[in-house]
Amino acid sequence: MLPTPSTSHVNYDHIYEPSEDSYLLLDTLASPTETAFLRSQSPADSPSPLVLEVGTGSGVVLAFATAHAGLIFGRSDILTLGIDVNPFACDATRQTALLAVKEAWGAQQASGVFLDGVCSDLTAVMKPRSVDVLIFNPPYVPTANLPSPPEKYDADASGSSFDRDLYLSSLATDGGVEGMEITHRLLAQLPSVLSRRGIAYILLCAGNKPEQVMGSIRNWPTPHDGGGVWLAEKVSSSGKKAGWEKLGVIRIWRSEAQG
Amino acid sequence: MKLLTLNFLTCARKQCKSTAAAFPLHPKEAELEQVEIDVNPLFIKNMLPRLDWEAMKVLTQELGLPNLPAETPAAEELANEDGEPSQTLKDLHILLMETSIATGKLACGNCGHEYAVKEGIANFLLPSHMV
Ligand SMILES: [Zn+2]
Repeated sequence: MLPTPSTSHVNYDHIYEPSEDSYLLLDTLASPTETAFLRSQSPADSPSPLVLEVGTGSGVVLAFATAHAGLIFGRSDILTLGIDVNPFACDATRQTALLAVKEAWGAQQASGVFLDGVCSDLTAVMKPRSVDVLIFNPPYVPTANLPSPPEKYDADASGSSFDRDLYLSSLATDGGVEGMEITHRLLAQLPSVLSRRGIAYILLCAGNKPEQVMGSIRNWPTPHDGGGVWLAEKVSSSGKKAGWEKLGVIRIWRSEAQG
Repeated sequence: MKLLTLNFLTCARKQCKSTAAAFPLHPKEAELEQVEIDVNPLFIKNMLPRLDWEAMKVLTQELGLPNLPAETPAAEELANEDGEPSQTLKDLHILLMETSIATGKLACGNCGHEYAVKEGIANFLLPSHMV
């Protein structure tokens, strides 16, 4: 087991605390099947892959991927970028990633290059077809409504605000109908944001009806740029419920073009 | 935020997404800072094919930084004959990896919207009427 990045500097009043879902993503990225798959999609000496995490929170997952780039991707020349809608999370992600990279250097491990944490609504700001590996731990809890900002909402305001913190915390967890409202928006962006060799890892819970989600992805139209068909598989899970375990990670990618 | 990050970003508005003018975003009133990082020659070599060289030339010009060569340097130009990193590689490292925008704005060339950069973090969230 690779060491988990330190997040002791993170203020959990308004930033999602690393939990079972975060750790499942770490385990998934470091698993033998996924490290082999990542290496086959972006072999050493191919152009440097861009790894984007959407909804970084504390930054623990992205920091892990950056610090252990050599072990996970088989190369140190990877770039990592974090996006969050919460400015506090962008700042925390930067700190967590830079700290983890520094520790990796100290341990003489091959770590990647952390670019930045930026504030954006999902991948709205990304250049089309730029992302080679996308990681998303969504707000997946089924809720009656999506959170709405408190009156006079100002994310930049310093000091503490109970309403603001409550809002930012629920943004990280509340997923609306079937817990899928935000994930559906992200899925709709994948065909334009992923590169030809792009892979997306998305965490889902049983309430998200993951089999149905994967079924609909497999029916996405064949992309014009470079062909191939969309594939989706469950690559890891945790929890002990029958059938689809409590939490799971699905991998989404494109097959080789058909001759 | 690092200059290299701008290689991957466009304006966040839907109407701008497919226009060439929305890339790259143009730094305004930018305060730059230099963050020292160890040189990784492999990284620069494998990063080069991903760089939009024209966009990088525009950025360096607008920021008043030393001009880039007209064309993307070839892989051979990155190392001297003795195998040590060349000046070209060192210059690219400083530009891409170490040069960051600490504060300022990033303007879209299509719609003119300006995004703020504060303490090195860019904010691309839009008010709901602009999405
Ligand atoms: Zn625009």
